[in-house]
Amino acid sequence: MATSTITSSTDAPFSLDATKSRIGEKVIVAGLFLAAALAVLITIAIVVSLVFPTIEFFETVPIARFFSNEPWGPLFANPTYGVINILGGTFAIVLYTSVISLPAGLGSAIYMSEYAGPRMRKVLQPLLEILEGIPTVVYGIFALFFVAPLLKDNWPTWIPGKLGEEPQFQFILAASLVLGVMIIPTVASVAYDSMNAVPRALREAAYGLGSTRMQVATRVVVPSALSGIIASFVLGLSRAVGETIVVLMAAGAVANLTLWPNDPVLTMTAFIGRTATGDISTGSTAYFTVFAVGALLFLITLTVNMIAITLVRRFREVYE
Amino acid sequence: MSNTSGRTRVAVNATQSSTIRLDKVGIDIRGELFRAVLLLSIMLGVVMLATLLIFVAVRGGDRLDLNLFTQMPSSINVDTSGFLPAIVGTTYVMLGVLVTIVPLGVSAAIYLEEYADRDKWYNRIIEVNIQNLAAVPSIVFGILGLAFIVRGPLNLGFVAFAGSLTLAMMVLPTVIIAAREAIRGVPPTLRDASLGLGATKWQTTWRQVLPLSVPGIVTGTILAMSRAIGETAPLLLVGATTFVRFLPESAFEGAYSAIPVQIYQWAVRPQDEFRVLAAAGALVLVALLLVMNSFAIWLRARSRKEI
Repeated sequence: MATSTITSSTDAPFSLDATKSRIGEKVIVAGLFLAAALAVLITIAIVVSLVFPTIEFFETVPIARFFSNEPWGPLFANPTYGVINILGGTFAIVLYTSVISLPAGLGSAIYMSEYAGPRMRKVLQPLLEILEGIPTVVYGIFALFFVAPLLKDNWPTWIPGKLGEEPQFQFILAASLVLGVMIIPTVASVAYDSMNAVPRALREAAYGLGSTRMQVATRVVVPSALSGIIASFVLGLSRAVGETIVVLMAAGAVANLTLWPNDPVLTMTAFIGRTATGDISTGSTAYFTVFAVGALLFLITLTVNMIAITLVRRFREVYE
Repeated sequence: MSNTSGRTRVAVNATQSSTIRLDKVGIDIRGELFRAVLLLSIMLGVVMLATLLIFVAVRGGDRLDLNLFTQMPSSINVDTSGFLPAIVGTTYVMLGVLVTIVPLGVSAAIYLEEYADRDKWYNRIIEVNIQNLAAVPSIVFGILGLAFIVRGPLNLGFVAFAGSLTLAMMVLPTVIIAAREAIRGVPPTLRDASLGLGATKWQTTWRQVLPLSVPGIVTGTILAMSRAIGETAPLLLVGATTFVRFLPESAFEGAYSAIPVQIYQWAVRPQDEFRVLAAAGALVLVALLLVMNSFAIWLRARSRKEI
């Protein structure tokens, strides 16, 4: 090669060929790859740490009993394992939380993307980020000591029937209200990103045809960003399913199959948090119950997340 | 103008009057209502943020004194009780998180942005895993920490470093995603220039790409740390549960507590004095987080302007 003659004549490292075999670089790349692969290892570790205790759990408690409609009381002297009761608790919390967080998150995203000027956006975006950054334990305190008493004192007791009964100190609506507002920024930021990806030309074409701002927002931007918006909803749902501290503090401790907003419920996450805080001995059935419930929780959020990831990928493909 | 013909004038007048008509369609009631609903939904968050801050400040403000930072928690002398062990515990835990997530997160980001071939199946699996981990509930990481770090393979016991590793796994995706964005923001021309001058791929990455990504990486790290510092649920499972009245011996031995866990412990007690203490602790935590987040947001805005 021509380069080799140059190298030999000048004795300087002008060669374009690698002067060393660069084993060092290969070692570095291998190290970097391992760091990235750690994400896969963590997922595998989660699955492994959940699966084996769960299998052990189902050796004592048959699956049919776990999903039967018996009450939930794994810590009682005569333990019962009807997981449907805390699954229902999670469902009730997610339901009321979504009623607040999904529309408000979408509304916030539309406002930021279509209505707010650059200066307004510069104020609103950090505010939403701060709202997202407040620790859940602070939201828990706020729900338990401020929102719950406020709702309890002003409960519409003139309503006849169950809905008119004044709630206890902890109930679904107190937790869901705070949780719902807490999740607005999550929904808003993902939905906003997808609306931002809608080409300007589409909006301008609609304006040029005489559309109002509302028509552009609801008939052009929202349909174009729909998969991203659905993904933001799914992410919001998955956060509501997995949230622990707020429901632990404000939703109550009674495993209750109910949808009334003034009833207390125990969610799956609250059960795990409450049980792990107390004294349970390793190897007892109560200990394995934590893992079985954790496995169910992980399975639900994994499914929900995979739907969200697929949807986000699809909306990306549209405009890139 | 005087020299325009009559026909032009008619056309101009027609255009003008039509523009005026377009401007004044009248008030679009539905549109305005829609705008009001949107504004209301965004104000919901803002109003609650304000209420929350005022509530915590009013409720906990009285107990925001020096004792809060220098005293042990006490059930007898509640008025002078503090959360020093929790502060020390959180410091240990967060130092452990910091030394774990920065090298791991940045390495993973470098691999994915500079080296990984995106068409390879294993790289796609890594990407999906990172996205999925970012949305796994925090309490599941607590279970993982309990099974793998406190007991099981690592068998560290209920010590501060077990808490560090648990939180580190939880916030690692945040660091990776932020670092990747920062690395992607470095202009490709810089890499080409460096490679053209004979630098190797790693030399280019280490000496050109990384220094320019530092602001983005720092921002991501602060955001990850601020998420970890306020996280309570996983720590409940990996040992920061005891009502600790002494300081942890080190990150690797002895019981520990953490600020959010201590706040939680106080808040669930029935006596009002403890609830005030919890609010005071929450006030400290929120103030700390506001400082961290504002710095991160400011740093990000600044570095965006530069590139």
